[in-house]
Amino acid sequence: MDESRPIFVQIAEQVENDIIGGLMAEESQVPSTNEFAAFYRINPATALKGVNLLVDDGVLYKKRGIGMFVAGGAKARLIAKRRDRFSAEFLAPLLAEAEKLGVTPQQLKSMIDKEGTK
Amino acid sequence: MTAVIEVQHLSKHYRDVRAVDDATFAVEENKIYGLLGRNGAGKTTLMQLLTGQEFATRGSIRVFGESPVENAGVLQNISFIKESQRYPDDFRPRHVFASAPWFFANWDAAFAAQLIEEFRVPLNRRIKKLSRGQVSAIGVIVGLASRAPLTFFDEPYLGLDAVARQLFYDRLLEDYAEHPRTVVLSTHLIDEVSNLLEHVIVIDEGRIIIDEEAETLRGSATSVVGTRAAVDAFVAGREILHRDGVGGLASVTVEGLDARARAAASAAGLELAPVSLQQLIIRRTSTSEKEFEATA
Repeated sequence: MDESRPIFVQIAEQVENDIIGGLMAEESQVPSTNEFAAFYRINPATALKGVNLLVDDGVLYKKRGIGMFVAGGAKARLIAKRRDRFSAEFLAPLLAEAEKLGVTPQQLKSMIDKEGTK
Repeated sequence: MTAVIEVQHLSKHYRDVRAVDDATFAVEENKIYGLLGRNGAGKTTLMQLLTGQEFATRGSIRVFGESPVENAGVLQNISFIKESQRYPDDFRPRHVFASAPWFFANWDAAFAAQLIEEFRVPLNRRIKKLSRGQVSAIGVIVGLASRAPLTFFDEPYLGLDAVARQLFYDRLLEDYAEHPRTVVLSTHLIDEVSNLLEHVIVIDEGRIIIDEEAETLRGSATSVVGTRAAVDAFVAGREILHRDGVGGLASVTVEGLDARARAAASAAGLELAPVSLQQLIIRRTSTSEKEFEATA
């Protein structure tokens, strides 16, 4: 766990990653909050908060008396959301560091091409 | 939310020492609380007051809506595990576990047996002959298996090794999830327990200095690191918790940076470093204030 951010946000992101990565299939049941709490060694109320965040976002839905399930179409929506943030979260710092080191956009581009063929 | 404990303007003075100084707070039902603070901050005194083992100098205490002092109706719902629990000289662990059900209505003998096995407590050896960690394990087992609606653990793990402490945290979380109850965990091993806690109360020199949800506290402070001039310009007008410096570099801990402030800091070439709950509490308690005065 990363100390700088709320744990419930990190739990929600972990579940999102599992959905994007295909570990949790759409319409499949996700672990209960108590199982999350035991696995990550966190307070169950914190786990519940993380799960509720995903319910509010429509990523998970509740089936009364049964548990939590991954919503249909959740994977595509999550990927779209992450793509929107990709530029700000990954490209901006990359460009800032490149500029600091005097790496031109052209050089950067060829570096990306080179890494991509590895 | 129902308050299990309500304390108002509570003070406890021993001659000229203010062990607890005008404390006002509430403990809500079925949450795990961390009662944190340095040695001698007043944690144990506060718990003794809450469990009717000390008399208040001033102020009021309500536990389950009533005064805990000499109140069997309140005390039978409390399990208080102390750092230095004493047992009669001839006692063996099996005597402790055999008598526990007399005091705790919810005692779970099967759960106790499981814990005895896991913590490897020798049932038939005299407690006098046990190691410090084994004696602590007895307390931890009683605290967990008693399933009291209100359980206090006062530094319960003196002498427990890292494996046994992790076992304690794991079993506490599991059993709490199955059987929700109010738990007050007093400790100075803040980093070890911070993820278990839902609410944090920090006491320093008898005063309550933090009373906050753990998730709100987490990430509430950030260290800003960079050249002295850039850091000073950035933190001007913000509440400063701590300041450190070496040569032309400065590291200043401030509270509550929003996304915009973070972006502004990065744009100014400043590094932002997270502050753990333990660091935050160290910075908010009195020694760091003195350090701060010295360096400011």
